[in-house]
Amino acid sequence: MMDTLAKRLGEICGADGVVSDPLARRTYQCDVLTSHRCSPRLVVLPQTAGQVAEIVTECARAGVPFVARGSGTGLSGGALPRTDGVLIVTSRMRKIISIDPASRRAIVEPGVTNLAVTKAAEPFGLFYAPDPSSQVVCSVGGNVAENSGGAHCLKHGFTVHHVTGLQIVTPAGQLTWLGDGTGGSAGYDLLGAFTGSEGTLGIVTKIIVKLTKAPEAVTTLLAAFETTGHGGAAVSAIIGAGILPGAIEMMDALAIEAAEAAVACRYPAGAGAVLIVELDGPEADVERETAAVRALCEQAGATEIRAARDAAERVAIWKGRKSAFAAVGRISPAYIVQDGVVPRTALPRVLDRIAELSAEAGIRVANVFHAGDGNLHPLVLFDDATPEACEAAEVLSGAILDLCIEHGGSITGEHGVGADKSRYMPRMFGADDLATMQLLRCAFDPAGLCNPGKIFPTPRLCGEVPGIRRAPHPLVAAGEIEQF
Amino acid sequence: MAAEPVPGPLAAACGEVGPASDGDAVAGVPPRYVARPASVAEASAVLAAAAGLGLAVLPRGTGTRLAWGAPPRRCDLVIDTLRLDRVLEHEAGDLVARVQAGIRIDDLADVLGLAGQQLSLDLPAAPGGAGRGTVGGVLATGAAGPRRLRYGTPRDLAIGITVVLADGTVAHSGGKVVKNVAGYDIGKLFAGSYGTLGLIVEAAFRLHPRPAAGAFVTRDCAGPAAAQELVAAAVGSPLAPSAVEISRPDRGAPVRASVLLEGDKAGVAERSALLRELLGGGASIGAVPPAWWGRSGAAANGTLLRIAFWAGELAAVLDALDAAASAAGLDPPVGGSAAAGVIYAAVPGSAPAASVAELVTALRASRPLGPAGPAGGDGLGPPSRGSVVVLHAPPAVRDAVDVWGPVPSAGLMRAVKDQFDPGHRMAPGRMAGGI
Repeated sequence: MMDTLAKRLGEICGADGVVSDPLARRTYQCDVLTSHRCSPRLVVLPQTAGQVAEIVTECARAGVPFVARGSGTGLSGGALPRTDGVLIVTSRMRKIISIDPASRRAIVEPGVTNLAVTKAAEPFGLFYAPDPSSQVVCSVGGNVAENSGGAHCLKHGFTVHHVTGLQIVTPAGQLTWLGDGTGGSAGYDLLGAFTGSEGTLGIVTKIIVKLTKAPEAVTTLLAAFETTGHGGAAVSAIIGAGILPGAIEMMDALAIEAAEAAVACRYPAGAGAVLIVELDGPEADVERETAAVRALCEQAGATEIRAARDAAERVAIWKGRKSAFAAVGRISPAYIVQDGVVPRTALPRVLDRIAELSAEAGIRVANVFHAGDGNLHPLVLFDDATPEACEAAEVLSGAILDLCIEHGGSITGEHGVGADKSRYMPRMFGADDLATMQLLRCAFDPAGLCNPGKIFPTPRLCGEVPGIRRAPHPLVAAGEIEQF
Repeated sequence: MAAEPVPGPLAAACGEVGPASDGDAVAGVPPRYVARPASVAEASAVLAAAAGLGLAVLPRGTGTRLAWGAPPRRCDLVIDTLRLDRVLEHEAGDLVARVQAGIRIDDLADVLGLAGQQLSLDLPAAPGGAGRGTVGGVLATGAAGPRRLRYGTPRDLAIGITVVLADGTVAHSGGKVVKNVAGYDIGKLFAGSYGTLGLIVEAAFRLHPRPAAGAFVTRDCAGPAAAQELVAAAVGSPLAPSAVEISRPDRGAPVRASVLLEGDKAGVAERSALLRELLGGGASIGAVPPAWWGRSGAAANGTLLRIAFWAGELAAVLDALDAAASAAGLDPPVGGSAAAGVIYAAVPGSAPAASVAELVTALRASRPLGPAGPAGGDGLGPPSRGSVVVLHAPPAVRDAVDVWGPVPSAGLMRAVKDQFDPGHRMAPGRMAGGI
């Protein structure tokens, strides 16, 4: 049957649009979560929405599961293929169809990179606000699937706040539009429900995005503290003063050590924590807020404060933060990265408890986090030479997620559930909650062929092992993408 | 209407349940019973009992926007949420509040105001001195005010939701942290669903600090083209407006425009001076909004249209409205959130239903709102670039025109309805496409 399907898909996409060679297919066996690997049975590279619809129609007819993939920069195995399925790669759908500066909208194809939208909007003084760290290569279609955020989502919101229309191919192979670009279309908000559904409700073939007026001024401050507790007090004071920065990021001593070893970011020596605060908006407002944030950091015990005066200095401040994930490879043979969220006010208690759990287990944990919105990225460092160490790291990692749930938080703030965290879903949601979510799934995909096995707990998939990473993704190592 | 005795299972499910009275009719459809659950458990028991009895159910808060949407095909039981009126959690440092759905927006604003915070939905108060409705009602209707430009609509601010489905199942999605992508966002689905998918019983919202100061920079524009230029200048400036509203009482009148700037005192003073200069034409700065701000001018017994469009088409939409209204012999006042692409037109109740229907039909087919043509290489652009929804209207108008108009993906919407409410007992017929 697969041979018939392959032939038919070849007719749809052209001979060079179908990848069946086993070696070539291996290129697509994982996203950035390299611990989950699986070679797809077939890979197709459509160039139009019509081709995607035909491909999906053929898969649906043959009862073959299909998975969509953009640039493959996901962190949760959301685009993990199936050995028995078709992988639909959108990388040849890269047209920016139109930019409408008067309405502040752009219509783009799903394979267009996140940064390309901003680049195209720049001449009009506009930008595309969601800025996941992989924005140089990640695709807008993938951003829609994952409801991507980025360091600046504290102020500017997530993908779902910046998408006003989607052309999708339903799991039955129908082309249809969700939303009309206005942001106020009538009927159920299927656009909102689809965004962040991790590729399980259909495949995006066109996206209408909202463009945002570029801020007049941006300032970036770096403040060093003795402990994360002091840094956390500064964060509370900033938020308490009614200031909403574009981003507030924190790193602890171990994360700073790793970043220093990897990229020599020259953060203040001996700091127990560094805080990066970025303010954007009208120039005069930003100036006043910068002075206020400085004062609040000093009151909270900052030992040193630096301010970026230009783009180059801003890049220097962000360098350590942006390299943190990959950098821990310098101080540990393997690591697990988590993406839990806690209410901001619970941060100090949760960080203390993570330190205790880390000490009890004898496993180091480096903390890098979006302090403004309580999104933690604890990096659990271990030596993968023994299965016992892997297991212990996995247990600690799970305990950290439990801690997040205990404090009223979430198991994932931005990386998605994917294949990686589906087993944690029942810890956060009850059976009725999950069953209710399935109702939406059944409305869109009754046959269960669209990216099956993701988000919701099911038996483990082919090649699935706990989310351990041994080395940075090749794109990260090559400096093409960064990880937050 | 003769009072009907409450069936045993329904009476057993809820401490406060009784026969409906004339005032409980929804768009002319009289219910038989009204239940007032005081807890989520009680609400769940009421819906389970209603399922057993095969009753059609309609959720209601203060009833502020109960006239919006199509009339229900059937309505046996109204579930009144006003006893579900508690703030469950408000951790000021997290800028998050979790509340029961029946709490009034005004009461919640009072509580949050004590901490210098707000739920950023500046809904217009209903005519006749009624309030702004309940949290659940606002979510269910997707109602929003001028500051939607900056803060979005209820769906953008809700971060978690608890609902009771038609069979009594209680389900949660989201949570109480702003950043959260675990699982499907059922809250998005329920926002704007007009009670057709289930009963909203609790919701968590992202809050914002109350700005220390605000100023309104206001001037008249000669006509639609000038109004569009002004709106473009305001949103294209680096002055970060929170809202840009327009209002025009009749076709011959100038378009009044006003821009809201918010922030700290010094910043607002500086920016409003800059904006006054930018807008020119004798623009004035005021600390309070102009009298027409956020008001549609609609009478409760009239027709209120909500027109959503691509913001850059403002002048074309106003021209299309004028052409359609003039052809139908009407001249409705128009106004709304021009920069956010949503305006409202209010037709008096005295207008002939056929004329109103003619206006709506012509407007839906007009160039700026109708089929947009190919958006890509497939010849398949969005089926339209806007919508005209009849929010409320006299019965004769509702009979003469589809109040919702065409919606994209109606088939998927029906599939969603079938899954969530297979018996079609939740507010049947209220929603687009007869859902």
